[in-house]
Amino acid sequence: MDLITVSVQLLNAVQYGTVLFLVASGLTLVFGILGVINLAHGAFYMLGAYLAYWIVLMTGSFVLAMLGGVLIAFIIGMLLETVFVRLLYGRDHLAQVLLSFGLILVIDEIRQLLFGKDVHAVAPPAWLSGSIQLTDNLSYPVYRLAICVFCLMVAAAIFFVITRTKIGMIVRAGAENREMARVLGIKFDRVNRYVFAVGIALAALGGIVIAPISTVFPGMGDGMLILSFVVVVLGGIGSVAGAAVGALLIGLTDTFGKVFFPSVSSILIYLLMAAVLVWRPSGILGRRDV
Amino acid sequence: MNATRLRIRLFTLACLIAAIALPFLAPTYYVQFFAKALIMGMLAMALNLVVGHGGLVSLCHAAFFGLAGYVLALLSPRYDAASLLTTFPLAVLSSAAAALVIGALALRTRGIYFIMVTLAFGEMLFFFFHDTKVAGGSDGIFINVRPEIAIAGRQLFDLDKPITFYFLVLASLVGVVALLTMVVRSPFGHALAAARDNERRARSLGFPIFRIRLIVFALSGGLAGIAGYLAAVQFGFVAPQMLGWHQSATVLVMVLIGGLRSVTGPLAGALVLIGLEEVLKAHLDNWKLAEGLIIIAIVVMLPNGIRQIWPMIFGSSPEVPVDAGRAEAKHGAAEAGHA
Repeated sequence: MDLITVSVQLLNAVQYGTVLFLVASGLTLVFGILGVINLAHGAFYMLGAYLAYWIVLMTGSFVLAMLGGVLIAFIIGMLLETVFVRLLYGRDHLAQVLLSFGLILVIDEIRQLLFGKDVHAVAPPAWLSGSIQLTDNLSYPVYRLAICVFCLMVAAAIFFVITRTKIGMIVRAGAENREMARVLGIKFDRVNRYVFAVGIALAALGGIVIAPISTVFPGMGDGMLILSFVVVVLGGIGSVAGAAVGALLIGLTDTFGKVFFPSVSSILIYLLMAAVLVWRPSGILGRRDV
Repeated sequence: MNATRLRIRLFTLACLIAAIALPFLAPTYYVQFFAKALIMGMLAMALNLVVGHGGLVSLCHAAFFGLAGYVLALLSPRYDAASLLTTFPLAVLSSAAAALVIGALALRTRGIYFIMVTLAFGEMLFFFFHDTKVAGGSDGIFINVRPEIAIAGRQLFDLDKPITFYFLVLASLVGVVALLTMVVRSPFGHALAAARDNERRARSLGFPIFRIRLIVFALSGGLAGIAGYLAAVQFGFVAPQMLGWHQSATVLVMVLIGGLRSVTGPLAGALVLIGLEEVLKAHLDNWKLAEGLIIIAIVVMLPNGIRQIWPMIFGSSPEVPVDAGRAEAKHGAAEAGHA
């Protein structure tokens, strides 16, 4: 294996890892702050990809698809929180698992009613198509590079909001000690709704940016859901930094696994997870007392 | 024995008689339908040993269910019948062994981590059968000839007959119910419930919690294997979807519908959910939409399962009050502490 191939695969791994981070950070935010385990997270990833396909078909603009898709997902998230998810706060994990499973069936059927069962392809925006010459004999698709840059920007924004702003402070207080924060006058009803909607929007955003390099198909959320879970378990629940570490690890393992051990590559990430759990049951950056 | 208990015994007896009489009265389609429902009930009861009695929400039981089916498929000769007497124990032991390994890793974690980790390991088995060419890959594999039960070359039963197969399922079901009842009522089962209700206290009383949970997880995986083996015999086909996490979640819904604190509740839950699916499929194109909404409604309105419907309709509960099982478990825990 020469240096060029390794570099290309390394770029692929980073690109995959950054998208994985977007989706997993939504999952870990919702769990860490609301205490809700959301199995329907993957369904919103799929929904994002379908929305991207549909908006590009209608308007021809991928930028509009990104804005519109995220906005629609955000609104759906607000509505869902108001109607269903608020019933789950303080309920046991079993109730949350099953309610979100019911939600998956509903979302999947609605997707089928609206968009059908077909597999679709989405074209990347024209100004991001083609390849760029990185070094003399290393060229790389521009769109994949753009995904990396975009996802890193979103990640930076998430970290900035959580660690540097008042909203982030409220969110962290809620994750740390909800009762105490409530006593201090924070109105969590509204915070909950925004956090859940942001989580859903992040899942959808992952689906939107991935649509041009993967196909858009009904079961695409399932694989992403499981991968996000592995990322969250690896990194430690509720830890956004942990999600970043986990996503990068999974990106590297999966990409290089496909190159070196193609037949068992899908099992490698679970072996990685098993190894991490033996070492640290609460994840790499998780709290020890879980 | 008090009146309530007598009534429950009579009800159980009536159910058993109805189950025995059914194949002689109903058309073949329904015999097969009930065989399938009872198999899923068995799986739900196996899962409930971990979820209801152990307080551990597992999302990988479909993997143990499907693994046993695959073991049968791989051991079956292409144009001949496999022997049930050898393939059955092997299939069930494989499932139990897989559960032992996965349990040993997953039980290092708690709560939400446990759910995610079991989900991930279940998917690992799914992808193993989906991505490798071991047994037909994503297309699945056919079991062309049903296994036979033969002693010294003489065939005892013909499993091709739906009625014979139905009775094999029913007999296995009775065996599973008896075993589960025994386990739950034993000091071991009480210790399991004690760990569920108050882990710290159970630990301080000196129970080896990890070992107890691991044994229960492996036992439950083995019982799921019994159901998986029977399902593979019935359909003559196994595919990776049998191991998928959607299947695990569906079985979890059955457990919740039936109620977490009893042995046979999940069986009732399985009958209700499969019956419901049958009705919805017959009448609606988008039946999954209706099913999803019904699941959501059940989770929101009936956190203790269908038993809650009685007091809702009739005002007060004619049978066991909703949290009697919990009180019993606490009592049992105290008893086990003295043992």
